[in-house]
Amino acid sequence: MGKKQAGTGPLSRRPDNSAFKQQRLPAWSPSLTPQTVLPTFYILSLVCLLLGIWLLITVEYTYELKVDYTDAGTCEQCFNLRKHAIDSSTPCKCTVSFHVPKTFPGDVFFYYGLRNFHQNLRRYMDSRDDAQMVGRKNNLKAPSSYCAPFDYDANGKPIAPCGAVANSMFNDSLTVMYNPTDGSKIQVPLYRKGIAWYTDKNVKFRNPPTNNTFSLQQAFEGTTRPLYWQRPVYELDDIDSNNNGFINDDLIVWMREAAFPNFKKLYGVLNRAQGPFTEGLPAGNYTLSINYNFPVEPFRGRKELVISMVTWFGGQNYFLPIAYLVTSGLILVTAVVLTTVFVKVGKKGKNMEE
Amino acid sequence: TFCKRVRANDRDYNEKFQYASNCIMTSKYNIITFLPVNLFEQFQEVANTYFLFLLILQLIPQISSLSWFTTIVPLVLVLSITAVKDATDDYFRHKSDNQVNNRQSQVLIGGILQKEKWMNVRVGDIIKLENNQFVAADLLLLSSSEPHGLCYIETAELDGETNMKVRQSLSVTSELGDPNNLAQFDGEVVCEPPNNKLDRFCGTLYWKDCKYPLSNQNMLLRGCVLRNTESCYGLVIFAGPDTKLMQNSGRTKFKRTSIDRLMNTLVLWIFGFLVCMGVILAIGNAVWEKEVGALFQSFLPWDPPVDNFLFSAFLSFWSYVIILNTVVPISLYVSVEVIRLGHSYFINWDRRMFCSRSNTAAEARTTTLNEELGQVEYIFSDKTGTLTQNIMTFNKCSINGHTYGEEQHMARVQALDFSAWNPLAARDFCFYDQSLLDAVMEGEPAVHEFFRVLSLCHTVMSEEKSEGELLYKAQSPDEGALVTAARNFGFVFRSRTPGTVTTQELGKAVTYTLLAILDFNNIRKRMSVIVRNPEGRIRLYCKGADTVLFERLHSCNHELMNVTSDHLNEYAGDGLRTLAVAYRDLSEEQWEEWSEHFRGADKATDCRDDRLAAAYEEIEQDMMLLGATAIEDKLQEGVPETIAILSLANIKIWVLTGDKQETAVNIGYSCKMLTDDMTEIFIVNGHTVQSVREELRYNGDVCPSKCPPPQAPPPSLLESISGEFALIISGHSLAHALEADMEREFLETACACRAVICCRVTPLQKALVVELVKRHKKAVTLAIGDGANDVSMIKTAHIGVGISGQEGIQAVLASDYSFSQFRFLQRLLLVHGRWSYLRMCRFLCYFFYKNFAFTMVHFWFGFFCGFSAQTVYDQYFITLYNIVYTSLPVLAMGIFDQDVPEQRSLEYPKLYEPGQLNLLFNKREFFICIAQGIYTSVVLFFIPYGVLSHATQSNGVPLADYQTFAVTTATALVIVVSVQIALDTGYWTAINHFFIWGSLGTYFTILFAMHSSILFNIFPKQFHFLGDAHNTLGQPVVWLTIALATVICIAPVLAFRFLKLDLKPQLSDTKKRKPGASGSTLGRLGRGGSRRSGYAFAHQEGFGELITSGKNMRLSSLALATFASRHSSSWIDTLQKVILNSFNISQYTVFTFFYELNESFFI
Repeated sequence: MGKKQAGTGPLSRRPDNSAFKQQRLPAWSPSLTPQTVLPTFYILSLVCLLLGIWLLITVEYTYELKVDYTDAGTCEQCFNLRKHAIDSSTPCKCTVSFHVPKTFPGDVFFYYGLRNFHQNLRRYMDSRDDAQMVGRKNNLKAPSSYCAPFDYDANGKPIAPCGAVANSMFNDSLTVMYNPTDGSKIQVPLYRKGIAWYTDKNVKFRNPPTNNTFSLQQAFEGTTRPLYWQRPVYELDDIDSNNNGFINDDLIVWMREAAFPNFKKLYGVLNRAQGPFTEGLPAGNYTLSINYNFPVEPFRGRKELVISMVTWFGGQNYFLPIAYLVTSGLILVTAVVLTTVFVKVGKKGKNMEE
Repeated sequence: TFCKRVRANDRDYNEKFQYASNCIMTSKYNIITFLPVNLFEQFQEVANTYFLFLLILQLIPQISSLSWFTTIVPLVLVLSITAVKDATDDYFRHKSDNQVNNRQSQVLIGGILQKEKWMNVRVGDIIKLENNQFVAADLLLLSSSEPHGLCYIETAELDGETNMKVRQSLSVTSELGDPNNLAQFDGEVVCEPPNNKLDRFCGTLYWKDCKYPLSNQNMLLRGCVLRNTESCYGLVIFAGPDTKLMQNSGRTKFKRTSIDRLMNTLVLWIFGFLVCMGVILAIGNAVWEKEVGALFQSFLPWDPPVDNFLFSAFLSFWSYVIILNTVVPISLYVSVEVIRLGHSYFINWDRRMFCSRSNTAAEARTTTLNEELGQVEYIFSDKTGTLTQNIMTFNKCSINGHTYGEEQHMARVQALDFSAWNPLAARDFCFYDQSLLDAVMEGEPAVHEFFRVLSLCHTVMSEEKSEGELLYKAQSPDEGALVTAARNFGFVFRSRTPGTVTTQELGKAVTYTLLAILDFNNIRKRMSVIVRNPEGRIRLYCKGADTVLFERLHSCNHELMNVTSDHLNEYAGDGLRTLAVAYRDLSEEQWEEWSEHFRGADKATDCRDDRLAAAYEEIEQDMMLLGATAIEDKLQEGVPETIAILSLANIKIWVLTGDKQETAVNIGYSCKMLTDDMTEIFIVNGHTVQSVREELRYNGDVCPSKCPPPQAPPPSLLESISGEFALIISGHSLAHALEADMEREFLETACACRAVICCRVTPLQKALVVELVKRHKKAVTLAIGDGANDVSMIKTAHIGVGISGQEGIQAVLASDYSFSQFRFLQRLLLVHGRWSYLRMCRFLCYFFYKNFAFTMVHFWFGFFCGFSAQTVYDQYFITLYNIVYTSLPVLAMGIFDQDVPEQRSLEYPKLYEPGQLNLLFNKREFFICIAQGIYTSVVLFFIPYGVLSHATQSNGVPLADYQTFAVTTATALVIVVSVQIALDTGYWTAINHFFIWGSLGTYFTILFAMHSSILFNIFPKQFHFLGDAHNTLGQPVVWLTIALATVICIAPVLAFRFLKLDLKPQLSDTKKRKPGASGSTLGRLGRGGSRRSGYAFAHQEGFGELITSGKNMRLSSLALATFASRHSSSWIDTLQKVILNSFNISQYTVFTFFYELNESFFI
């Protein structure tokens, strides 16, 4: 306040003459003038247009292929089998043929896609225990209450990994066979590791401590596998023992919940080391064989295989370039309207100022 | 009904009744009770309770869609800030309580005077007070050191009146002089219970088997100060909280601004909206759970208490209430208070509202009303002390056809130095015309006679404390000014007795025999004295209103009269109060004859007044004109300019004064509220309901347009000044006009007028007028005043302003803003008020926008996440969004924003209009903000949705995971609202830059920190967004999405703003930079011509009689001061007297006077 303790002179209570207190701080006061607004609109429109075109061209050369195998080919019987929960342990294999019209050059990515699967439900997303999956010993056998009812099994044994998310993990295994015109069958080689975020694989998901004498299985002693799983977490990958436990790539990918009910998750990356795949995925006929485990019929979902290539910008995505182009057009229209208004009416407004 | 019994010197007896002790406690808490009591009080605020309720909801796991800390962090912050503030306030109250309670007083205990602390004084004690001491409790005055048991008190702390008042003890107790006798006193007082009526006390003293009635005249109230009385004894009747002072210090009514009320309405609407959203989403949830969720049960079974989709929907409703509550964040209330506090500080800091003379800065005493200062439509002003300084100065005079005192407008002219030749001259008297002094020195007889009149013809009392140090006690400041002028020009009035007047004429003492005082009254409008000078010649000296006096002049004065008349016109044009001065020589025979006549009239029992008037009339004839005086009722500095500017800002100014009509009108002219260009000035002066109604009707008919709609601004500045009406209404008419059946009529007529002056109004009427306008016009009212009589009006109006730096502090204490000069009002309203309003509106618009944009994203997401109340953002983002990421830029805007520079808003008062019309923030604006917010939320949800649901990173990993989506949306949101605030900020100070860029920086810093592995390794469950910022913000596609969303959100806003600017430019837009050609507005208000002055003394009749009878001579000068100042101060008394005595006589004359006045306007 203006009151000063010190000083009793006639002006002792006079407020300071500082720019701040007198509200005279130096300031920039921008204002909307035709000279700034109209060019801004035109430039914005142009920038959006150029970006849109560039993105569109990029996307045009990014190929994507979707193969819905829910009940296609020989999978119909598996589909029907998986309708009933009692038959969940019965293995079922099926195959679906598909055709790749154009060669996918470069790196090719294989995704599994799910439709109408809600990984984004609040209680579903809460139903996990990150402390357990970071391998903390205390949490391993005392899963968070958020995991209920997937925290303990009927016998009271703690479940690892607990929760609805882990429990509902996608467990179809997919194999793609290339059928060149010569009638042979070549399995398309996939990298099944390195498909998760670095931070997830190395920080967020850790196994309980093991050493040479103390195996992963022993580390998970006292826990049980999730209800819907066929095998325990330490045996997820029967080929690569380093890909077992909480650091299994498929598990990590699954645990990163999708934001929307229709989503795809990375399954594998084409191994271009040899064979006809050094240049990418050649055009031609393919067969997809599936270990059909994941039931989608109960929630009226669909399953698909998505094969895609990526650029700097990611996979095929028409939304962004088109959105940019539309925006560019709208801004241009607005700019023209504004210019017209300014020329026709604005002049009058200007006269009023005087 | 008397239920209080007090026996003197008998503590045991009084103890039985358990009266309050004299210990006062204005503090609310102590250390132990602070926390519970303060919390209890705070939770009585609806907002706080609401957030507590939310917090409880969040603790229920089934519906907790957000962690409890999202609510508790802001809530605790708010509660603790308020608690700290309350604690500090209370600490100071404790301190002042302690200081008061520990004051020393002398209590008579067992016949001996003992020092006691105030708080130990009990009811029934006898205490001794000494001069200049505060009265410790409400006392019954028992005895005093002064004769007749009189004592004098000052009641400034009680009612703001600084004049002395007399209290007298009962004669039986006044004899009890010394402590020994008093110690034996065992009287018992039976009186009314404690109450807050300051001017009333009813009780009876029982002593020695006798009953003595007690009244307020016998009481000394706590808070008074004993003055000019050596000592006195009093019996404590009421102590501590029972005293009238404490009973009066009730909590003042909490004022709310219209924005506050609007905000509360809107918040209620938003709650309604929130419930609607909740219901929609709950229905969605029911449908979804039935159709989809039921099938999804194997993956996610319902929580145990949930057994069907309806119950799930019910829970979902509450979950969504929790999520969507951020549309009304608790920070809204805090931010509003912070902004208002900032604006208040700017008012306190304003050097241009600092008065160096009184060393007073402006003070915003209420910090919650600032934006309403930008919406004022009606100002109710007191006159004395507010518009005027209540100082009369002798400004000009016309003597024998020669005018003196013409102002030289050149460089500063040195005021005349009187002290050199006149040791008795008053030092503070200023006169600038040397020629008058020369004329006196040269011995011009007319000039001498002129000043002789002034020194003799008055009712002033003088007091000479030491040789040459004269102090005049004038009944009205006008008279004081005239006598002082005469004093300085060498005709010093020194003393008077009932029969003589002693003066010192040019250094020579002369004693005149005072033969008669022909006193002033409202009809006569003049006063005369008849004196016999030492030489034995008898002369009548007369001063009075020119119109009256000119009729009674000798015919030979014709020529001089014309010249003087011209001078008078000139003076009147300057708004000066004029008087004509004349004399008449009387022969001994004439005097003898007349005095016979006069005595007859004086003794008459019937029609004494009429007969006296006739007698006066008889002698006041054939007078010789000497000249005229012009007195300036000194206006406060810059009043006319301020009023002119405020009128241009479409603010209507009503003057509510207790003064006489003439005085009020005169001031109306001198401060340019009334001008001669006005089409007509209505005078409502009727005494009966009927006459008042007729007068109002007549006026209403003449007035062409009743209350022109405020939307139609006058076409030009010139027209807004001329061709208008004014209304003058007096208190007794107002009493009728304010009755229920006439108030509308009165209001309509009054509103059609540009100026309204209410004179002779009581404090209560002032409040009623304010209340009337407040109630019917739905306009913001401001009352400004300086005295205790303005308190009611100040408290009633939306905004009360007190004039500080003067003696009385009552008005200031009741006010919301105080400063020392009326002219600061223009700065308070046009600069501070306007900015506050603008800033608050911009703040609210933006605030609602940003929260809708933020919150509604959840709503859209609901349609994709099965209405499961999953939030879009990380919970930390939700917690911090309102209190960290977006709070400071908007606060900076709310505190510092300026649309036009301050001098521009004074040059173009029309810039004030948007506030009055409530254009910047109203329901329409609110809906626009909400719509913009919802639009933004749509864009912010669907653009990232469209892009991310199919996108992958450049390494093939899909981007459609929840955490990426959350970070993308949140980042886009922060960027969009930052761009929007940048667009809204009109005045980029360094602080704005710092806050806006700083907020963005803080967002990214906190984002990366929260997503770091360090935090995750400590709390893996809480910080599970590990690595997300890094992974997401490294992707070009994410930035392209954010950029696109920003463009789509902002471009339409920009386009609309530009269109609005182009098609409907506001004055503030066009006046941003162009310096305007100003000054023309004020030049218009030049001098006018018509004469309208009279005997404008604030006189009451009967004072002269008191002097000649010599009754008052016994009284000390002090008592006289009381008497003399009664007019200006003790309001109720005056009014009663006025109504009872003078008005029924004066009505006719005043009316005719103004009738004449009106005629002159028509010509």
